Amino acid sequence: MATATVLETPDLTLDGLLATPEGRPLLSCIQCGTCAGTCPYGDVMRYTPRRLIGMLREGFIEEAIASDDLLTCVTCYDCWAKCPRGLHLTDVLLPLVKEQVLLRLPQVPAELQSALSNTMRYGNPMGESPRKRAAWVDGAGVPVPILRDLGRPVDVLWIVECYSAYYPRGQDNARATARVLAALGVDFAILGTEEKCAGECARLVGEKGLFDTLREQNMATFGKYEFASLLTSDPHAFDAFAYVYPSLGLDRPVDHTTPFLAARLDALRPRLTRELGYRVTYHDSCVLGRHNHMHDEPRRILEALPGVSLVEMTHNRDNTICCGGGGGGMWLDTHYKAKGHPRLSDRRVEEAAATGADVLAVSCPYEVPRFEDSLKVLGYDDRMVVRDVMELVAEALDD
Amino acid sequence: MKILVLMKMVPDIVEELEVAGDGTSLDQEYLRFIVNERDDYALEQALLLKDRLQAAVTVVAPEAPEIDDVLHTALAKGADRVIRVSGIAATAGTRSTASALATTLPGIPGVLPADLVLSGCQAIDDLDGFVAPLLAGALDLPYLGLVSRITVDPGAGTAVVAKEYAGGVMGRFEVALPAFLGVQGCEKPPRYVPIAKVRAAIASGGIEVVAAVSGPATTPLEVTAMAKPEAAGHAEMLEGSVRDVADKLADILAARGLL
Repeated sequence: MATATVLETPDLTLDGLLATPEGRPLLSCIQCGTCAGTCPYGDVMRYTPRRLIGMLREGFIEEAIASDDLLTCVTCYDCWAKCPRGLHLTDVLLPLVKEQVLLRLPQVPAELQSALSNTMRYGNPMGESPRKRAAWVDGAGVPVPILRDLGRPVDVLWIVECYSAYYPRGQDNARATARVLAALGVDFAILGTEEKCAGECARLVGEKGLFDTLREQNMATFGKYEFASLLTSDPHAFDAFAYVYPSLGLDRPVDHTTPFLAARLDALRPRLTRELGYRVTYHDSCVLGRHNHMHDEPRRILEALPGVSLVEMTHNRDNTICCGGGGGGMWLDTHYKAKGHPRLSDRRVEEAAATGADVLAVSCPYEVPRFEDSLKVLGYDDRMVVRDVMELVAEALDD
Repeated sequence: MKILVLMKMVPDIVEELEVAGDGTSLDQEYLRFIVNERDDYALEQALLLKDRLQAAVTVVAPEAPEIDDVLHTALAKGADRVIRVSGIAATAGTRSTASALATTLPGIPGVLPADLVLSGCQAIDDLDGFVAPLLAGALDLPYLGLVSRITVDPGAGTAVVAKEYAGGVMGRFEVALPAFLGVQGCEKPPRYVPIAKVRAAIASGGIEVVAAVSGPATTPLEVTAMAKPEAAGHAEMLEGSVRDVADKLADILAARGLL
């Protein structure tokens, strides 16, 4: 196990919370309720973000923590984006409180418990063997170097991440990405079986200890190699590497595959020759889109694909509707269903279907299984498919 | 009230298990170990009783790879004392393991006598569940295995347990304490403990280490051969598209009167 650190529990009084740099901004909240109004689950929470902040400020700390409402936060960054005070709700304040919630919950929902335990033990939430993390490489059709075997510095260390490495539809994305990187002539390598989850969703659900352990392990692994930059297929991992890992010494530029490709689109354009003939609607992911404002990059890529026409959903760009997978939501579907909450991915797929598009294009590995499932549940799977942007690009690539 | 929980590690089958070159043991190269799931339930049961009865919970486990993680996790979950016993070979076999624990436990200060001894009733390397009843016999404690629910009446010094039988039959037994109970399941699954608490447990140390005390010699278990099950080829693989396979499956089920 990693080097132990002493548990830092903020003093569970109002003064204690306000003494932390994360908790102090609580005082800036003007209780306008925009966060609650924009929250996709605001109508089913007993304590919406606004109420939660109000309760904390009035000293109702125990009540706030005792509620399991915070498990319903899918960290979609909507409150973060809309707060007129710019409070760092999603990425800072809420995880601080969620850490206490997880410590107090008499019973962590079983699915979430497995995902967290598996991530700790095997480096992935599925509970698959770490030794199978690079199995997708066979069948990529192009060489995918493993950094340990490469024995030299590399330009781009590509962190494939858990769902792209293990989940079959994620592996389709990984293989497509490998083909695109090869077509671009990028000097890249992957960590293969040395790769572990970046831990961002664990952090966002309140498992800071798990995140810290993974971060330490990942930094030790990175420290063994020389690479100029980090690239990842997972927007959550992008956030972790870009915003949180630097405090433990990560000093390399970080990129996500979609903006990475967008920046090199002109180099690839001559090879994008296959006519796709798709009407595509693009789903802005909460993290890549709303949090990082990367709305134009995926659209420029899609518009460069032959025979692709774009149509927008009602809620797009900063107003995108969350797929429901963030902040632990990926492993809380059974919990939400038991409570009778509507499924966010269903809500989004209804909007997608209403556009009449053939393809729902995405940039986040969580979205593929969530939207494919909703398509089946809602009965739209005969008229629409889900594809990662990279899959579409690979499809348009000449051989 | 004092509760003793006995836990052990077993091979983690998330990895493909391979037979070593000697043909009688598991290849160790990629082998990982995980806590015996039944023992995890035994710990959970002990912690539930601790909350209800203000009991003290002591965990004892033989030394094995990754055992410290399990012991620190037990501390983080609320165990009062965790003890690792060195010198009991993982390949010792059920009889030797039970014998070694029987001679070692009485010598550890404060462990025995316990009002209740809990351990998993079986493990993937002890499917017949021998260790617990052998040990109970050696400690002269009554043993009930395949227990899925325990209520204790400390005043009366008795426990009422639900014991599972085949065919969905459940028996209710009352047993006078002290007793040894082999845990199959528990009223709730093993609790989650945030990693921050486990890290705090690691920081504060707390694993006591004792050496096993060897007792009367027992016939050691000798493995003469170990092999993976042979695929006999009786499975009929249905080929074709998803639609084709679904149709064939429906035909088969209908033909066998299952639809």
